[in-house]
Amino acid sequence: MELVTPAIGLVFWMCLTFGIILFILKKFAWKPILKMLEERETSIQSALDAAKKAKEEMTSLQASNEKILQEARVERDRILKEARETKDSIIAKAKSTAGKEAERLVASARENIQNEKMAAITELKNQVASLSIQIAEKILKTELSSDDKQKALVKTLLDDVSLN
Amino acid sequence: MARDIKRFGRITFILMLCVAAIFSVRILFAQENKAETAGQKESSGNKEEKFNAGELIIEHISDAHEWHIAGHLAIPLPVIVYSPEKGISCFSSARFEEGKGNYKGYAMEHGHIRAVREDGSIDEPATAGLIDFSITKNVASIFITILLMLWIFISVAKAYTRNPGKAPRGMQSLMEPLIIFVRDEIAKSAIGEKKYKRYLPFLLTVFFFIWINNLLGLVPIAPGGANVTGNIAVSMTLAALVLIITLFSGNSNYWRHIVAMPGVPAGVLVLLTPIEIIGVFLKPFVLMIRLFANILAGHIIALSFFSLIFIFAEMNYALGYGVSLLSVAFTVFMGFLELLVAFLQAYVFTLLSAMYFGAATEEHHEHH
Repeated sequence: MELVTPAIGLVFWMCLTFGIILFILKKFAWKPILKMLEERETSIQSALDAAKKAKEEMTSLQASNEKILQEARVERDRILKEARETKDSIIAKAKSTAGKEAERLVASARENIQNEKMAAITELKNQVASLSIQIAEKILKTELSSDDKQKALVKTLLDDVSLN
Repeated sequence: MARDIKRFGRITFILMLCVAAIFSVRILFAQENKAETAGQKESSGNKEEKFNAGELIIEHISDAHEWHIAGHLAIPLPVIVYSPEKGISCFSSARFEEGKGNYKGYAMEHGHIRAVREDGSIDEPATAGLIDFSITKNVASIFITILLMLWIFISVAKAYTRNPGKAPRGMQSLMEPLIIFVRDEIAKSAIGEKKYKRYLPFLLTVFFFIWINNLLGLVPIAPGGANVTGNIAVSMTLAALVLIITLFSGNSNYWRHIVAMPGVPAGVLVLLTPIEIIGVFLKPFVLMIRLFANILAGHIIALSFFSLIFIFAEMNYALGYGVSLLSVAFTVFMGFLELLVAFLQAYVFTLLSAMYFGAATEEHHEHH
């Protein structure tokens, strides 16, 4: 019977001490401990979230890198193609220009030659004319060296002149 | 890690053996005392007193005004007695032995303080008016537990504030899983995410109070060995606190379910409502009985195994030694079981308290 009869003194001390320890521990132990635990849990959670986010970002970054690389590759190909085309066109243009120039040069050369030839012919003609005049002078000099000859000439000339 | 656990296991085993050894030594001393008194009685012509296991066990599990350590060695504890005539009297329990068992008009009889008249006879009406506020063995043990708890948890709290954001160390890492266990497995799961924070300090305090007291109760030498949580006054106080908190935190939904369960016909309510009202008090009552009976039983079993040795030794010395081997083996086994029970009872008490709080604060929801 004694075992199941609560002693009033023990109940009193129990209430008192339990109340005190509940108050002290609540204020000085549970509050800071639970606060710190919660803070740590949130910090761990946020760190995990951040890591996950970073991983996702990394993946997206990698994807975008890949995309950029792909674009760059395409761009390069396009540029190379363009360059090739430009080269070809330049070469073609240069070729055609050069052909025209050559034709023009040939033509002008031909013209020059013609001109030179004409000049030479004219010169030659002039020379021939002057030579002919000199020859004629010389012939005349010799033909008209004597009075007789002069008279004969006048006579021939006069003879030619028909008094018509 | 695995090595640590192995080492811990080995240390625990050695500890248990020591505990068992000390237990048997204590009972040996007690037996010697008995033998001495028996011897004296024999010389004065009385019959030899037999070893009384029941008396020994009751003596060990009851509260006392002195803290028995070994043999004749006992620490006297302060006696604080209030009587309507004489007011409060304060003195050491050692005074009783010094002054022929009688001091300031008080005497000790079977561990209880009695008021006595001048001639030494017990004054029954005055005894009935006495209130005994003595620092008994259990009160002293509660003080020790409380000092231990203050020291442990304030140092743990300091460790948290000193290095915030660091991994826990030492005592901190021992206590942290338990605190998180009480918070997540008991408070959050039984009360709910929204309201558990209000009850958490009480639940944590109750859990560690019961657990540490249970563990100290397993240690047979001072400052352990007191049967605190196996004392009805202690478990009653704890259960009463649970009842008070439950009643004060009960919301309208809780009371409606007790007074008039919704959706139940009036005829049935006549039967149901008294049952529900009894249930309100029955729940903490069961809480009290469960803790008290479990811990008490643990103490009784451990002592019974050792008493067996002496009961058999009285028949035959060789038989006593033979049984002692068996008893020690059984007590070591029981010790491990009691370690589990110490935790389990703290857990069950806290969990059920949390469930009562959870039921009291549950929000109204539609019944199907």
